[in-house]
Amino acid sequence: MEEKQKTTDQIMLDKMRETKVETIYDRYKAQLPQCGYGSLALCCRHCNYGPCNIDPFGPGPKRGVCGADANTFAARHFLRMCGAGTACHSDHARAAAHLLVSTARGEAPGYRIKDIEKLKMVAECFGVETKGREINEIAEEVGEMALMEFGKPYGTLLFLKRAPEARQKIWEKLGIASRAIDREVTESLHRTGMGGDQDYRNLTKQAMRVSLADGWGGCMIATELQDIMFGTPKPVQGRSNLGVIKKDHVNIIVHGHEPQLAEAIVLASSDPDVEKAVSASGAKGLVIAGLCCTANELLVRHGIPMAGHMTIQEGAMATGAVELMVVDIQCVMQALAETAKHFHTKLITTLSKAKIAGAEHVEFEDESALESAKKIILMAIDNYKNRDNKKVFIPSASEPNLIAGFSHETIKYMLGGRYRASYRPLNDNIINGRIRGVVGIAGCTSPKAGECTQSYVEMAKELIANNFLVVATGCAAGQCASGGLMLPELKDQCGAGLKEVCEAVGIPPVLHSGACVDNSRILIACSEMAKEGGLGNDISDLPVAGACLEWMSEKAIAIGQYLVASGIYTVFGMNSPVAGAPDMQRLLTKELEEQVGARWDFEPDIKKIGKMLMDHIEMKREALGINVKKERKLYDMAERRALERECKPAGHH
Amino acid sequence: MSKIICSAAIRGAYQIVDKADKKLSEAIEQKGRDCKVEFPNTAYYLPIIYSMTGISVKTLEDCVHIIGMARSMLPPLPAEKHWVPYLGHTLDAGMATLFAEEVYEACKYLIGPPPVDGIWLGAANDIIMRERGIEFVDGTAPGFAAIVGCAPDSDTAVKIARELQEKNLYVFMQSDNLGTSFAEQLEEKGVQMGWDTRLVPFGKETSAAVYSLGFANRAALSFGNVPPGEARRNLLYNKNRIFAFVLALGTEVTDEQYANAAGAINYGFPTITNIDIPEILPTGVCTYEHVVSRVPVDKIVEKCIEVRGLKISVHKVDIPVAYGPAFEGERIRKDDMQIEIGGPGVPAFEFVCTKESNEVEDGKVQVVGPDLDDIPQGPGVSLGIMAEVAGRKMQPDFEPIFERQMHRFLGEAQGIFHMGQRDIIRHRISKDAFNAGLRLKHIGKIIHAKFHGEFGAIIDKVQVTLYTKKEDVEGKLNEVRAAFAERDARLEGMTDDSANLFYSCTLCQSFAPSHVCIVTPERSGLCGSVSWLDGKAGYEINPTGPNQPIEKGKVIDDKLGQWDGTNEFLYNSSNRALDKVSLYSIMTDPMTSCGCFECISAMLPMTNGIMVVDRDFTEMTPSGMKFSTMAGTVGGGLQTPGFMGHSKFYLGSKKFISADGGLGRVVWMPKALKEELSEQLEKTANELGLEYFLNKIADETVAQTEEEVLEYMQKVNHPALSMDPMF
Repeated sequence: MEEKQKTTDQIMLDKMRETKVETIYDRYKAQLPQCGYGSLALCCRHCNYGPCNIDPFGPGPKRGVCGADANTFAARHFLRMCGAGTACHSDHARAAAHLLVSTARGEAPGYRIKDIEKLKMVAECFGVETKGREINEIAEEVGEMALMEFGKPYGTLLFLKRAPEARQKIWEKLGIASRAIDREVTESLHRTGMGGDQDYRNLTKQAMRVSLADGWGGCMIATELQDIMFGTPKPVQGRSNLGVIKKDHVNIIVHGHEPQLAEAIVLASSDPDVEKAVSASGAKGLVIAGLCCTANELLVRHGIPMAGHMTIQEGAMATGAVELMVVDIQCVMQALAETAKHFHTKLITTLSKAKIAGAEHVEFEDESALESAKKIILMAIDNYKNRDNKKVFIPSASEPNLIAGFSHETIKYMLGGRYRASYRPLNDNIINGRIRGVVGIAGCTSPKAGECTQSYVEMAKELIANNFLVVATGCAAGQCASGGLMLPELKDQCGAGLKEVCEAVGIPPVLHSGACVDNSRILIACSEMAKEGGLGNDISDLPVAGACLEWMSEKAIAIGQYLVASGIYTVFGMNSPVAGAPDMQRLLTKELEEQVGARWDFEPDIKKIGKMLMDHIEMKREALGINVKKERKLYDMAERRALERECKPAGHH
Repeated sequence: MSKIICSAAIRGAYQIVDKADKKLSEAIEQKGRDCKVEFPNTAYYLPIIYSMTGISVKTLEDCVHIIGMARSMLPPLPAEKHWVPYLGHTLDAGMATLFAEEVYEACKYLIGPPPVDGIWLGAANDIIMRERGIEFVDGTAPGFAAIVGCAPDSDTAVKIARELQEKNLYVFMQSDNLGTSFAEQLEEKGVQMGWDTRLVPFGKETSAAVYSLGFANRAALSFGNVPPGEARRNLLYNKNRIFAFVLALGTEVTDEQYANAAGAINYGFPTITNIDIPEILPTGVCTYEHVVSRVPVDKIVEKCIEVRGLKISVHKVDIPVAYGPAFEGERIRKDDMQIEIGGPGVPAFEFVCTKESNEVEDGKVQVVGPDLDDIPQGPGVSLGIMAEVAGRKMQPDFEPIFERQMHRFLGEAQGIFHMGQRDIIRHRISKDAFNAGLRLKHIGKIIHAKFHGEFGAIIDKVQVTLYTKKEDVEGKLNEVRAAFAERDARLEGMTDDSANLFYSCTLCQSFAPSHVCIVTPERSGLCGSVSWLDGKAGYEINPTGPNQPIEKGKVIDDKLGQWDGTNEFLYNSSNRALDKVSLYSIMTDPMTSCGCFECISAMLPMTNGIMVVDRDFTEMTPSGMKFSTMAGTVGGGLQTPGFMGHSKFYLGSKKFISADGGLGRVVWMPKALKEELSEQLEKTANELGLEYFLNKIADETVAQTEEEVLEYMQKVNHPALSMDPMF
């Protein structure tokens, strides 16, 4: 029953070929064959003795000039990727923390504190007093505490305490509880320089510590502080694919990762001057649509349409109907500057730390965000007159095709309403087998996997048909959304048990949880499941797993590593980043299990991954003893008293 | 599928909020915004709203605020296509429904139609709630069935009600199905309803469901120590402790009924129905399924128990009529009785005595004289019930305890009405029971089964002889009365000073975790139902149970009644919350209270004395608080100097707050209580040298405020006036 119908992305790609607009796939093809040493992690150019290569097969050299072996090569690469990934999410988080402080001080007009509940929750985690204090006062201190997390000289990260106790003990025992985020990143760079740490096991430990600083540090700070300022996601109807771009409207695409830019654009779009300018331009209206993780952020919070995920960014421009694409940082391809030349589209960069040669730059600062945003919108409207209608090609009009916004708080709420919100129904239905387990799919899309693949969609379909609930973030979520999997009607494609749960709650079987920083939501959700009881007492006991099928970014590696270090079995598709170093490969895919109760797997054949995840989860179910059919327990008085004793007053996080 | 249910429930919630809003406007129009609203005699305001939000609704103005809140909780209806998750929304809509309905019912109390009408009882007051609510907590009643709608016919209704009663469940009735209600069906069949029979008709409107659910909330507030406003804890308490469910009977479910069912799911109370509606089977908010439908009526009670996850252990008593606590409160009218045993001038008795093992043949039940078939219908029947027991742990001291339980044991049989004890009894057996095959020998069978069931740890053998010839009974009475006299003399001589061991009662720690009753010969448990002997027997029955022996140990303060043994016991058993207790003082380290006290004593500072109020007195007291308000202050296992819960028995004890001046400190008590206890109080007062003391205690007929009490005291020269200051 595979649908042979072309996806809108594929239709767009065909059109680009026809009109000779270069695509990511063309450039990938031109790169082939890609460097073998690089692919196997056997090329080191950390010092000028190199570049050194190690011969993985034949009689060539087995050591670099300094004597480093294949495992050291691979482990150093791996750690640097983790460090870089952590740096990305965390620098993003730092920006959010700065914005929170300026907002609290009234120095960032347009922004405000939206979710006071969450602010108080974070304040409690940070030990910030909330009683009898003004909201802005609390917010300022929370922001400052968050900033301290990057550079505090002593102690470990405060959010680590949100993990189950058993997990925290493991981190302490292994010495991988993360200290300040910047310190972990710096130390990672330091250790991987020439003549530094040259024991692949030791390097991998640091890779866990720096990645935990990503998941429980950078990512979590970004998620939580953004929720405080822009609202915690709630279920919302949305649309996703290139069809969200409208022929007779002014179209602005917001692309990148940090929502503060996009939020300001959205806010400024309702400015009366903007409305006036739109009607003066002759356009029927203004469309703001997102790309990549910016799209995810806007979608889960406001239902703002999503034009597509990472690999279709040029395609959005190639509709010829985009007046302006405004970008901030991460996953923004330099190629956009070239694509823009084919059309009237303006490419605007906004951060001094991320400029693109050939793009126009409008600096974006917290203090003047609204003004800059308005300026950018007016530039777009002004550019509408330059559109060449002959070049306009929008594959199809889009219909509402997804429900998004499944934050940890939403999941809790939707399972019990405001008075009985909890993970109990989820745990219960996992225990009774209606739901076999939960799979988180995250991360990138890649031309390496093929042209306009539907790999996440296909795997998710396989999972839900077998009663596995799927939670998606990042570009994986983008693909599933466009693939129509995030509709509640999809319950009819689920196995009988999952279908019953979807019907009872009213959810789609694939839940959109946000951008790639929002994988922190998955960490919290897993911690809550473990704490709720009945599924062991650590994340590594849970029948859950994670996967990234088409990984590309260093961020993906950092995410994978923190999922594993947090106790979640994680499978990456395509090639292993340490493939040329068998011992290192064995460490990641086997030995880590003994240390942290979870491990990596790398599987070139993406189609096999669904089964690997399901087998793993079934194994966890066996270990928990929940696959044994149990008689219904009936409670007598003494047992009911015991139930009540177990039921402590509710905690927060 | 459940989207249908959720949509209906949300629609229903909108209707109900509108309806309540309209009713409220009418009430305001007629009575004004400042008009007081309340359910009768409760300290819990509108209890669902109070327990969920902490808001005390006192006026119609407050109701306006509540309706606004309920409205803000109403979610959008699930979309036809591409809906957002609706379960959480539906539960919120259910709660909004209950808030609105409480307002609606409260308005009915003001402007009608009156909730109390004919068979319909309306809200339960706090006395009932305390008395009955405790049963949900101590396990006497595992929960309640909230019945909505009506059975296919009245006979089936009776069958379902009896089945629920036999499972010890309360049956709370509200709402109708196409104009007919379950309660009306029971009435048609002449079934006795009311709190005593556990068949409680709240109201015919669906909104009367708030009386059922509000009852559950109050149980959590009162016995679960859940503070008002802690909604989640309250609801989880109900999920875990009060095993209730909604039993929807009939042919259709209205949107309003769906909305109420959604409200109930918040409590973990599922809905089970015979009607063809969609089901919600996944578990989680409730312990098991949430909605189970199309259950045949003859299987429906079993199904309810299963879905709610309830284990009910009923000692099966082999008699031809139904048996269970629900039948204890049933009355038998003169016209319905086959015979009446005892009564004025008719010799009759029940007596338990201890024998050697070889003198008792276990299970032997002998009727000496005619049985019912040969006794003419009507009053004046002589009966002597002689239960002879033997067991290695049996002591003659336990005889009165066993005897007292016969009231319950016999009363729980459907068709037996038990009154009195010892040689002053007046029992009735109904015609229905006689026609069903009940004979006097079954009384023996009940005693045999229940003695073994409840006192199996003490006794090994029970034989019962029933004398039905008047001359036999008269003959035996001499022997029996002599035994009673000897027993009384023995008890009389028992004092705290003569006892080496006291007994604890920590039964109520199930809801008051730091509360420890210390029971002595001269101070019974505050609930009035555990005497020192009961404690002793309780320990024998269950050596690891709530009644433990306490060695007094070294005296710390004789006057206050503090020993190192009692203090140490308190420390360990109160979960280390408390370390000192005075058995004879209300001012210094008084004993804690669980919540089951018969009376509360409270200091009246102006008078240099204390007032005593009992549970049955619902009016305002001179302390400025009603019993129910004071109960909230005193209960929960706290030491509150100046306040104390205690039994009626203790009031007549010479050790009653003897450290603070004793009985002479009592300056006010309700008239009815004074009369009830007059004999014992008189006796104690005389022994303490207080002359004409009873007349010096003010009551509500002469003093309603502290000032008035003082005035009265001065008039009668109350002894407390000349005592040392209390603090």
